[in-house]
Amino acid sequence: MTCLHLLLTLVFAVSLGTPVEIQRPRGVPLTKKQFYEEGKPFTCLDGSRTIPFDRVNDDYCDCKDGSDEPGTAACPNGSFHCTNAGYRPMFIPSSRINDGICDCCDTTDEYNSGAKCENTCKELGRKEREVLQKMAEITKEGFLLKQQLIEEAKKGREEKQGKVTDMQENKKQLEEKVEALRTVKEAAEQPEKEAKERHLKAWEEQKAAIRLEKDKAKMAEAFLELDDNSDGFVSVSELQSHAELDPDADGTLTETEVQGLMGGAAQVDTSTFESVWTNIKDKYHSESQPEEPAPVETPPDEVKEPAVDNDSEPYPEDDISEEDDEDEDDKDDYHEDDDKAPPTVKTPEKSHEDEEAMPPYDPDTQALIEAAQKARDDFEDSEKALRVMDDQIRNIEKELSFDFGPDAEFTYMYSQCYELSTSEYIYRLCPFNRVSQKPKYGGSETNLGIWGSWSGPENNKYLVMKYEHGTGCWQGPNRSTTVKLTCGKETVVTSTSEPSRCEYLMEFTTPAVCQEPANTEPSPHGHEEL
Amino acid sequence: SFGLWGITLLMGLLSVFFVCLFFSSAFAVDRGNFKTCDQSAFCKRQRAFKPGQSPYRALLETLELSDSRLTLQLINDNNKVHLLLELYRLQGNMTRVKINELKPLKPRFEVPDVLIAEPPTDLSVLSKDDNGVVLSLGAESQRLIVSARPFRLDIMEGPEVLLSLNSRGLLAFEHLRLRKDTNKEEDGLWEETFKSHTDTKPNGPTSISLDFSLPGVEHVYGIPEHADDLKLKTTDGGDPYRLYNLDVFQYELYNPMALYGSIPLMLAHNTQRTMGIFWLNAAETWVDISSNTAGKTVFGKMLDFVQGSSEKPQTDVRWISESGIIDVFIMLGPKPSDVFSQYASLTGTQSFPPLASLGYHQCRWNYNDQEDVKSVDQGFDQHDIPYDFIWLDIEHADGKRYFTWDPHKFSQPKEMLQGLMDKKRKMVAIVDPHIKVDSGYKIHNEITSKDFYVKNKDGGNYEGWCWPGNSGYPDFTNPEMRAWWASMFAYDQYEGSMENLFTWNDMNEPSVFNGPEVTMHKDALHGKWEHRDIHNMYGLYVQMATAEGQIQRSGGAERPFVLTRAFFAGSQRFGAVWTGDNAAEWDHLKISIPMCLSLGLVGVSFCGADVGGFFKNPSTELLVRWYQTGAYQPFFRAHAHLDTTRREPWLFGPENTALIREAVRQRYALLPYWYQLFFQAYRTGMPVMRPLWVDYPKDTATFTIDDEFLIGSDLLVHPVTEEGSRGVTAYLPGAGEVWYDVHTFQKHNGAQNLYIPVTLSSIPVFQRGGSIIPRKDRVRRSSACMENDPYTLYVALSPKKFAEGKLYIDDGHSFNYDTKKEFIHRSLTFANNALTSSNLCPDCNFLTSSWIEKVLILGASKPSKVVLKMNGKETPVDFEFDSSMSVLTLRKPGMNAGDDWTLLLQ
Repeated sequence: MTCLHLLLTLVFAVSLGTPVEIQRPRGVPLTKKQFYEEGKPFTCLDGSRTIPFDRVNDDYCDCKDGSDEPGTAACPNGSFHCTNAGYRPMFIPSSRINDGICDCCDTTDEYNSGAKCENTCKELGRKEREVLQKMAEITKEGFLLKQQLIEEAKKGREEKQGKVTDMQENKKQLEEKVEALRTVKEAAEQPEKEAKERHLKAWEEQKAAIRLEKDKAKMAEAFLELDDNSDGFVSVSELQSHAELDPDADGTLTETEVQGLMGGAAQVDTSTFESVWTNIKDKYHSESQPEEPAPVETPPDEVKEPAVDNDSEPYPEDDISEEDDEDEDDKDDYHEDDDKAPPTVKTPEKSHEDEEAMPPYDPDTQALIEAAQKARDDFEDSEKALRVMDDQIRNIEKELSFDFGPDAEFTYMYSQCYELSTSEYIYRLCPFNRVSQKPKYGGSETNLGIWGSWSGPENNKYLVMKYEHGTGCWQGPNRSTTVKLTCGKETVVTSTSEPSRCEYLMEFTTPAVCQEPANTEPSPHGHEEL
Repeated sequence: SFGLWGITLLMGLLSVFFVCLFFSSAFAVDRGNFKTCDQSAFCKRQRAFKPGQSPYRALLETLELSDSRLTLQLINDNNKVHLLLELYRLQGNMTRVKINELKPLKPRFEVPDVLIAEPPTDLSVLSKDDNGVVLSLGAESQRLIVSARPFRLDIMEGPEVLLSLNSRGLLAFEHLRLRKDTNKEEDGLWEETFKSHTDTKPNGPTSISLDFSLPGVEHVYGIPEHADDLKLKTTDGGDPYRLYNLDVFQYELYNPMALYGSIPLMLAHNTQRTMGIFWLNAAETWVDISSNTAGKTVFGKMLDFVQGSSEKPQTDVRWISESGIIDVFIMLGPKPSDVFSQYASLTGTQSFPPLASLGYHQCRWNYNDQEDVKSVDQGFDQHDIPYDFIWLDIEHADGKRYFTWDPHKFSQPKEMLQGLMDKKRKMVAIVDPHIKVDSGYKIHNEITSKDFYVKNKDGGNYEGWCWPGNSGYPDFTNPEMRAWWASMFAYDQYEGSMENLFTWNDMNEPSVFNGPEVTMHKDALHGKWEHRDIHNMYGLYVQMATAEGQIQRSGGAERPFVLTRAFFAGSQRFGAVWTGDNAAEWDHLKISIPMCLSLGLVGVSFCGADVGGFFKNPSTELLVRWYQTGAYQPFFRAHAHLDTTRREPWLFGPENTALIREAVRQRYALLPYWYQLFFQAYRTGMPVMRPLWVDYPKDTATFTIDDEFLIGSDLLVHPVTEEGSRGVTAYLPGAGEVWYDVHTFQKHNGAQNLYIPVTLSSIPVFQRGGSIIPRKDRVRRSSACMENDPYTLYVALSPKKFAEGKLYIDDGHSFNYDTKKEFIHRSLTFANNALTSSNLCPDCNFLTSSWIEKVLILGASKPSKVVLKMNGKETPVDFEFDSSMSVLTLRKPGMNAGDDWTLLLQ
């Protein structure tokens, strides 16, 4: 049987340092002393039953709530109170009484196990006080820094807001300027357009006149050619010798067909040939010239600017390959264009179109064009300036839209990055942006998550940052990082770990989470006991 | 623990082939990586033989009989090759049949180190004539009849045939031959290619086969390891059950594919008798099972019975092995317990584990560093959940160089181990048998200089890919190698180790990532033997040498604890086994029961499955249910793959933490019972976790049950293994018996299907009426903390107001129970209203400070008075009686657990 001590003499120090002895059953906190009256029947604290007092701490569990055995391990759900004079009192599960492991710093949990425990409360108390003091100092300084941060953030915010306001104002002006310049541009473009059209029209007319001349000459030439017997008439039979004129392209040019071409006449003279010429000129092959493809007519709407960009596309895009095998002769459309642009000569094309090139603008038109171009440039410059300003405003507004904490104390981290170097990796935390990891000895950077949200506990969500949707893990989730923030004078990443595959944890100190220090220092002596 | 993570690590090093091999099998086993019988040349060859007239004939004139054995030659009339048959009658109702070539070209492999001793024998000839010989089998009316033409063996008891050999004529013994004598180059005789691997077969065809008929038998069990039902299925139309230790990535359930371990022992059971067939062969083996009743419905069977036209039910079994000899032990029972002791007399019993290893084990691939270990350890205390062992997987070692520690993550292993020791807790670190080929690695250099590596067919060191990259494989079949390996566990050799550091042998099939079927080439060499001959026992040797190392490091004083994934017959002597890399799926939870039951039947009691499932993330409900199930299985360890999210018990909200805590606490309260059962298993070979039929062999309703089980004889467990379950139907066996719900003490009658409504907190467990179970209800943070705690006795009365049980106590960790008889073993009996503790080992001595704090008597009536009789003195004992449940509670009788005493109810 175990040796039992019903009552325990407790010695503990009050703040004045006077030792006071208070008797109560082992493991009972002072706050519950009144329920354990020596010699009187004990009622389980849940009221379930009443037992003689000698069954309190008799190493047998009588109460369902374990309250009859505060000082033994008999009840599965009991708890034991250690006073821990010099340190802080605590409750431990009664299963830790006499289990050979020292849990209470005052050694009171191991009174019958043979475990050699030393009273470490004073030492712990001292250390705790030191830690608390240090923490208090850090908190104090950190809190001061935080105030500065808040001040700076406030200032920064105001500045930025002011800047935004200014910029909005500037923007308005810019917009007005853009509109004004647009009007100027449009005003300058109208005469330019008219002058250009005039020029073009003149050129078109000129071209038409030339074409008409040419056609007439051709017709005369054709008439002479067709008039085989030089009788000044072109007859049906004379025309019939030109098989290429076959209107139904069945290979034979019949007499009827020729009569059709000749408008029913048996023969035509030079004046009436004009109507016949209209019918045949598209197909007609001159007898003196070798066959030649019909000249490509420039479509009337394809107005070619006389400017140099006419030369910018010497050959089809996808054929510009210098490594093409030159031995291959029949290489697709590349060669079909040979006559226009020999592949080996990369000079601007100067073919038959040259003769049709538009003559340069006259000085008046040229002046109008230059004026319009300047108006366009001015307009575009102002539009670009507006876009830049818009971007700047958007960026500032984006920054202002971030939740930088209740007092914007986290503002200063924005656009900063903090690094931690471990044995294998360099970790990089860029608050409100992303977390990454780069192997120290070569290898590419891995994205451990982009800014997600604040995700601390309900009472203070600003204690934890969550970064999500980083690089995917093979057969696993996308990488993510949880950043825990604690109070510190400096802004530093203090540790990183990967508790679960691809889920990273970072510890991060910053003054921004330092709380206002309490006015009175907490006493480590357990005043609440008295 | 096979994982894809390592693959990515190795990707840069491995061939494209290898990567493809595993990529394609990301979510289920890639069956294409493993052979079917058709793809295994010898299996295909052997299976092509159909039942019929055997070409073998016994040459009776060659019969020789000595005190210990009978020998007789057999001749194959087709090729005139002579075989030598040896028959041994072994004490304890066993017969050994050995068949080898009479004059093989060179010796054929015979399995060493599995039998613990050559068992004593006796045999005599009753009669002999031209047709055969009749031998007497011991004192019983049992006879062994050797028929000459064709050769067959029949074991009879009275007029009944119990078992016949070669009755279907499937004995086939491929004799050793010279290649030049082979008429045609038949496929797969001298070379065989599977996928990209070619097996050169310098010895040519060497396979063996034999059939067994079991008249009157419809239920056969055993031959693990397969992820299948407890009752073996017929294999007609499918593949045979395969025994070939393999690292199967993401194994599938309910099929006969080979897994990590092999135990070639089959049990046959009917209401009259239990028998065993132990096929002692370590080569690749296939087992075909057929039955003449398999296809019949219950109605069909009934009709047969009514009409009296039924042929007797019969199960036929055929064993096929690639090499070695036929060496088979036939155990005739007749009771299940007899078969267990018969098999134990051959291969030994379960090693008696340290008590702490029966507690809860917390494992994960991987605990990242010492800080992680520390915080998990603290987590258990913060959440008041007991545990005894925390485990470190491969990442703890420096570059997968076992016996070392990662210099960054585990720079102060002793500090870490001391921290655990201060809490009376322990650690397991993995030591796998593949050794990194690295001239800067001491272990590799020593193995190289001592020439201890397995050799490839050309005589160089065999190398393959495993976790560390290119690896060598120590030849554990070599006793000198094993002795050296054991010496590496000495505290001055294994730096950073301490007495609370134990070992886990994984990947010991052996796993070779780039080998054929992810294992070693069969033509690799272990001395003069091919890997082909010894494959299935490689893992056994690894665990044997490791356990020996742990024993030696303490000068023989302390019990080892070693977990292994690969195993063979006899592995029970060296530690615990787990079911390998399962998955977080409900079916995997369910299959853990038949898998461990099958292992228990063939001697391996210390079995468990990864709680929670290794691959994938379990739902919270599955995790809770798995803890509840695992708490009632012998080896109780949670484990998880590297790629899974963390799942320490407190990560799923306070309700689930409480449910898991409760399950673990139930385990710890019952540790005295578990410990006593392991002592019994160690002594007798009785399985700890058992199918119901073992204790109820005549109750046919129990024969196929594998969703519930017994722990010992006295606890029946029907864990909830269905998602969203609202109730389970448990079969309570035993006509005229009663069972008590251990949580409510409600009494239920035996021989009924009982519907039990369940909630998420329910673990349906029943204590048998007639049993006494000692518990330690003061659960603490580890088993060692509970050493001196008092016992509560749970006395569950039978309808005849009787109960009995045992109590075993020792120091929990040393061999003193064995070497110095330092233990307490007591019989507890309740009869005639008196509960008595009497000493089962009067010449034992052990002092305990544990005492009896409480006695609960279930099914009792209210006494007027209770007295404790001890040392001639009588003292009254306080009691309470709960009439609603008929539970009598004796308050604080207070006697020492080692004392003689009687409690009288008056």
